[in-house]
Amino acid sequence: MFRFTHEAVDGTALRSELLDHHCGGYASFEGWVRNHNEGHAVTRLEYEAFEPLGIKEGTRIINEAIARFGVTRALCVHRVGDLQLGDVAVWVGVSSPHRDEAFKACRFIIDEVKHRVPIWKKEHYANGDTGWVNCERCAADAHAHDLKAHDHAGHDHHGHQGD
Amino acid sequence: MSAPLRGLVLSGGRSTRMRQDKAALAISGVSQLQRAAGLLTGQGLAVSVSVRADQTSDPLRARYPQIIDAGDVQGPAAGLLAAHSADPQAAWLVLACDLPHLDALTLTTLIAARDASRTATAFCSSSDGLPEPLCAIYEPAGLAALRNFVAGGRSCPRKFLIQSDTLLLAQPNPEALANVNTPEELQAARAVLDTGAALTLRVQYFALLRDQAGRSEEQVTTTAATAAQLYSELAVRYGFTLGSESLKVAINTEFAEWSAPLAAGDTVVFIPPVAGG
Repeated sequence: MFRFTHEAVDGTALRSELLDHHCGGYASFEGWVRNHNEGHAVTRLEYEAFEPLGIKEGTRIINEAIARFGVTRALCVHRVGDLQLGDVAVWVGVSSPHRDEAFKACRFIIDEVKHRVPIWKKEHYANGDTGWVNCERCAADAHAHDLKAHDHAGHDHHGHQGD
Repeated sequence: MSAPLRGLVLSGGRSTRMRQDKAALAISGVSQLQRAAGLLTGQGLAVSVSVRADQTSDPLRARYPQIIDAGDVQGPAAGLLAAHSADPQAAWLVLACDLPHLDALTLTTLIAARDASRTATAFCSSSDGLPEPLCAIYEPAGLAALRNFVAGGRSCPRKFLIQSDTLLLAQPNPEALANVNTPEELQAARAVLDTGAALTLRVQYFALLRDQAGRSEEQVTTTAATAAQLYSELAVRYGFTLGSESLKVAINTEFAEWSAPLAAGDTVVFIPPVAGG
């Protein structure tokens, strides 16, 4: 299942949706709001989504993960609205009989969500400027954008939890 | 609280005078059933199609959720009552599938003016001032009353609306409800609509495009035939800095090709580079 929330993400509550006695392994990932990006001090973020299509595409990703890795349950929740430093922006959880599939499916889901689901992120910088991530610089230099779009490591705002 | 609103396209008519299936008539490359369903989808409504029992496997109709006429009622009342039986709690925005001039503005006006405490909300005909029964919202209690009306031996939805406390509206576009019943009327409609005439669409803007357009959505009347042409037109109007090669496009909440044809009432969203996570 994939859904959006306008509220703070409660990982403990979400984890309980994945409990299953058939499963011996559970992996989760949280994406957090970080205080810097590409050398700029970031003070807060705004996320927005085209939710009807986002839910469709996110659900397709979850179903692909279940089919591909044979995991039992998978859930991804993405927050939209105004977020502060340290807030959870995205949460992914997977349960499966064995751990390997859970790790792989969790990684697959977050990678695909970042590339495919219509969600946008506006950064607010310490100097008062703002910018839509992946949009402003690519508008100035479409070729550079293409490189960034395919190598999104430069846009990773988040640390892994439970590595 | 008002009843949830659902969309219904009536496609179970016999099309006797047209001598061919009105739902399948193509004008500007789009069948009249697809067009009516697209207009309802464009208003955010779930759409069902009313069919006769012998039409369920027709490929054009099979792509939509179907509601099958019970078979004991004549005319459009059959579809209305079947919809009410299928979901007695819902209000139904009902459209005939022979309204090639119907536009999104007309439906937006109808939905905005809806009074759920009335039997129905409908437009006055721009020719005779009487209620237009086949582009109207019927409330659940109104459909229950229609059932009694039909049980009493009558079946004309227009007469039913005349006798009921129907909220009647003036049409924002007096041509919008002109229907086509005969091959001659079809030819006349094609002469007007097939010549690259303008379509009215809804466009929603997100992220950088919303900032640059200065709005989150609007009705756009355009002669663009494809999503790509529409983006070019709007990019000039608003000075969008993103080229279409860095965007995707969605029509009616599904990803679409840039070459996809546009139909009146479509909702189009241009999708800037995404940045979830």
